[in-house]
Amino acid sequence: MRVLVRPAQYFALALYILFLGFPVLWLVSASVKSSGELNSLTVSLLPSEWHWDNYSEALDKQGLIRSAANSLIVALASTALSVLIAVPAAYVLARLKGKVRAAGVGWILVSQVFPVVLIILPLFLILRTLGLADNLAGLTLVHTTYMLPFALWMLQGYVAAIPVELEEAGAVDGASRLTVLRTIVFPLLAPGVVATAMFSFVSSWNEFFFALVLLQSPENYTLPITLTMFVGGEGKVALGPLAAGAVLAAIPSIVFFGILRKKLTGGLMAGAVKG
Amino acid sequence: MTATLTRPAPSAGKKKPVLARTRRREAIALVLPSLIPILVLSVAPLVVGIFLAFTDARLVRHPDYGFAGVDNFVRLAGNDLFWDSLRIGLIWTVGVTLLQLAAAMGLALLLNSGLKLQGLTRVLALIPWAMPPVVVAIMWQMIYSANGGPLNAFLGGVGLPDDVNWLGDFSTALPAVIVVGVWVGMPQTTVTLLAGLQQIPAELHEAASVDGAGAWRRFTAVTWPSLRPIVTSITSLNFIWNFNSFSLVYVLTAGGPGGKTMVPVLFIYLEAFKNREIGRAAAMGLVLVVVVVLILAVYLRSQFRDDRAAKGR
Repeated sequence: MRVLVRPAQYFALALYILFLGFPVLWLVSASVKSSGELNSLTVSLLPSEWHWDNYSEALDKQGLIRSAANSLIVALASTALSVLIAVPAAYVLARLKGKVRAAGVGWILVSQVFPVVLIILPLFLILRTLGLADNLAGLTLVHTTYMLPFALWMLQGYVAAIPVELEEAGAVDGASRLTVLRTIVFPLLAPGVVATAMFSFVSSWNEFFFALVLLQSPENYTLPITLTMFVGGEGKVALGPLAAGAVLAAIPSIVFFGILRKKLTGGLMAGAVKG
Repeated sequence: MTATLTRPAPSAGKKKPVLARTRRREAIALVLPSLIPILVLSVAPLVVGIFLAFTDARLVRHPDYGFAGVDNFVRLAGNDLFWDSLRIGLIWTVGVTLLQLAAAMGLALLLNSGLKLQGLTRVLALIPWAMPPVVVAIMWQMIYSANGGPLNAFLGGVGLPDDVNWLGDFSTALPAVIVVGVWVGMPQTTVTLLAGLQQIPAELHEAASVDGAGAWRRFTAVTWPSLRPIVTSITSLNFIWNFNSFSLVYVLTAGGPGGKTMVPVLFIYLEAFKNREIGRAAAMGLVLVVVVVLILAVYLRSQFRDDRAAKGR
């Protein structure tokens, strides 16, 4: 029996790889198939002929480039805002003991329970009153707030990893707090800030619900919204361009996650496991 | 320079945390920039949301709404469609959360047992997590497609029925959507469990092996108890995330066929933004919060009691 353990394990692993990888492979493959092949009843994993025109067709369609630009603007702006806001707060959160820290951590946890569906109604009313409902600036504000708890959580983990003794040493040498922060804390925090920023970017780039509720004019749509418009539309779905658009929309996230892989699991786990 | 001169020199030998010496004002100034957006865009909406639940507000250009007391809740009590969606939402949430945990536990154990192909598996395991939910939904629509979808083709190939309309059939839609939920949520759970597994001292497993414990016994006696705190926290978080998830189901089925995948969040979205009944939608949202908090409280309490019982032994 013992001899069979390894093969059984590899078989199980193969099933996992199939489950996790096949859908992605299928999507990529569909994005380079001709429409004839996509609509035929014979199903094949790899395209008989590689067709790149799905990509050019997707880019021509329903303002895909425009909505990608919108997504990019919102993601960059909300990332910059949330990191800028989160860095000082995360520093305080990590270094302070007592009530402030408890309140901060408590809020981060509670924010995970917030039912967005209850938040979104008043948020929509507030933004509409401010004239920011169907507006990229409004969406940026919402994304910033929505990413803040997580950014804070990640960053305070990175701050906590910087030994307090380094700051003590700086303070003993007579440097002011700002100098200590600028010369000691920030340089050590930089990789954590980059990781947090990348994560925030991906969250905003992928976000769908707020964008769906807030944006009404097609010229303001972000990429995920435009992609769902591909699906509906005029009866018959053009599968090839849809798949191509989906692949294009997923690329930035996957690239960033690839770079972040080690840092992300390390940083997240430091928070999750140690609590 | 003057600023540094006024700062009292730290007394030798006495080490205090850096910020303990700092004036409270400094800390407040650093936290303020994050407090303002939080207050305006998440705490205030929450308060307004609770308030809305007791009004007859409608989503119109010039809202003119009055206090409705508990009318919304009374009406809700008789709304079978809402209770149906709550039931569907619980099946979806519990199904995804448990399957996610089971699948992730299997994968984490495999990855922790020194097999080859670990790198590939880890990269693959992160892709679902990174992909935009909308893309995930589109991708799975293609997989499930009744015309030329690979799933039916595979089933036909092994001699099973190959004409199932997975997302369009009353009986298969919800399970099909749950599988997608598991696909999306599994990676994060796997990574967390893997981190937990790697913290278990190898000596514990060795000691159990020496005592003649088999693989299953080692899992139940060593691995599972060591992972308990992590399992509790990720199960709670996954439960909340899955209960609140919207995008996947919205794009995959939009609640169909015949409302068979109408999870509560989707139901509320339609009530608010299609029927324009924000007051009623807010009341539903409030009921959801209460349901989630109650379920979590019961779950966490039972875990806590088990832990105390285990320590008492």
